[in-house]
Amino acid sequence: MRYLEEFRDPTKAQGLVREIGRLAALVDRPGPIKIMEVCGGHTHTIFKFGLEQLLPPRVELVHGPGCPVCIMPRGRLDDAIALAQIPGVMLTSFGDALRVPGSRLNLLQARAAGADIRMVYSPLDALALAQQHGDRQVVFFAIGFETTAPSTALTLLQAQAQGVTNFSVFSNHVLVVPALEALLANPDLELDGFIGPGHVSMVIGTEPYRVIAERYGKPVVVAGFEPLDMLQAVAMVLRQLAEGRCQVENQYTRLVQPQGNEVALAALAAVFEPRESFEWRGLGAIPVSGLRLRTALAPYDAEVKFDLPGRQVQDHRACACGDILKGVKKPWDCKVFGTACTPETPLGACMVSSEGACAAYYRYGPQITNRTS
Amino acid sequence: MCLGIPGQVVALSDPENQLAIVDIGGVRRPVNIACIVDADHPLEQCLGDWVLVHVGFALNRLDPEEAVATLALIDALTLGEEDPSHALP
Repeated sequence: MRYLEEFRDPTKAQGLVREIGRLAALVDRPGPIKIMEVCGGHTHTIFKFGLEQLLPPRVELVHGPGCPVCIMPRGRLDDAIALAQIPGVMLTSFGDALRVPGSRLNLLQARAAGADIRMVYSPLDALALAQQHGDRQVVFFAIGFETTAPSTALTLLQAQAQGVTNFSVFSNHVLVVPALEALLANPDLELDGFIGPGHVSMVIGTEPYRVIAERYGKPVVVAGFEPLDMLQAVAMVLRQLAEGRCQVENQYTRLVQPQGNEVALAALAAVFEPRESFEWRGLGAIPVSGLRLRTALAPYDAEVKFDLPGRQVQDHRACACGDILKGVKKPWDCKVFGTACTPETPLGACMVSSEGACAAYYRYGPQITNRTS
Repeated sequence: MCLGIPGQVVALSDPENQLAIVDIGGVRRPVNIACIVDADHPLEQCLGDWVLVHVGFALNRLDPEEAVATLALIDALTLGEEDPSHALP
């Protein structure tokens, strides 16, 4: 078992597609069946393997807001750039974060203009840079959902244990379930169920999604990231709809346990606390949807340690990222899609990350056009 | 962003900092394995574990029996033999 090829078997995929067709026909009401895959990683799998074209026309996948790069508002990028421009500061982050447009620049352009900005693969690399450069203040620009937040937390705890004082975190970690609740409060959006994010769930478990099933009456199936995982998850959502059930189910049992990962959750609880509210690009302010450092860790909190502009900036006017993240519009409904906004020069963040819906449509577009034409 | 890649723990390189060497598709990288270590599964037992690696951390172990069970369930659907526990009423 190597956990990849086994879950890409085309024969099994065809079997699942037949099962999906059978179940879709059993959903006893007219109209399309809309299932949102929350996670940008799922969006990427859907496009990379052309899964949408395999589904019956009635089953529509709606691409959700689970791409942390895509939902980062311009004001937070401006803050990161301001941090990087403070003399003596070295700003570190993941590659995707460096290309997200702020209100005037992105981090790569700020680096070209002289700021010390480094790309890292892990927050541990940022801590190592702090240890190598004792004369610099190394700030980790932390983005990501609950999947990524434990790595920031464990790194920070290690910095504290090792007495590293020139390391701090600019936390932009966000939470999945509050974002889903905000989407469900939007009357424009008609969804029949969710494919839950597998890797967030390996950290938080499956329990936190119960509110979606119980309060909002939508099935949630937590899924893995290979094609068979996703097809099976679609079948499981359809089966719930056909049977009139509404539950949280777990397709990704090889990795996800109901209670999540206890070490990761303990690290999160030790380091972070929820913010009253956090601004999401396109979705606006969502209560209790972001994480900040606990007060006891103020010496490691870049928002306390440095003076940041903290300005709220409107999203780009021409960009429809907001409606795309909500699943209300498709990328080609956006006026600047593929013209002013491309992966090389993104205006909106959905075009930046390979997990963004716009970048996926741009890259794999011709296949999709065949389906809809 | 939440991309995670399966890999296998092939060596314990720095037990003090809970670092192991993980083989990810033939590439060997140091990975922090704090999240897969607990009283029931001490560090020494992690050798040979398959784990899900995300930004330099192994965030959970992969369970081979569950993987086989998932594939068997898919096979059952493919062959038209349904799991009775999932049958429609």
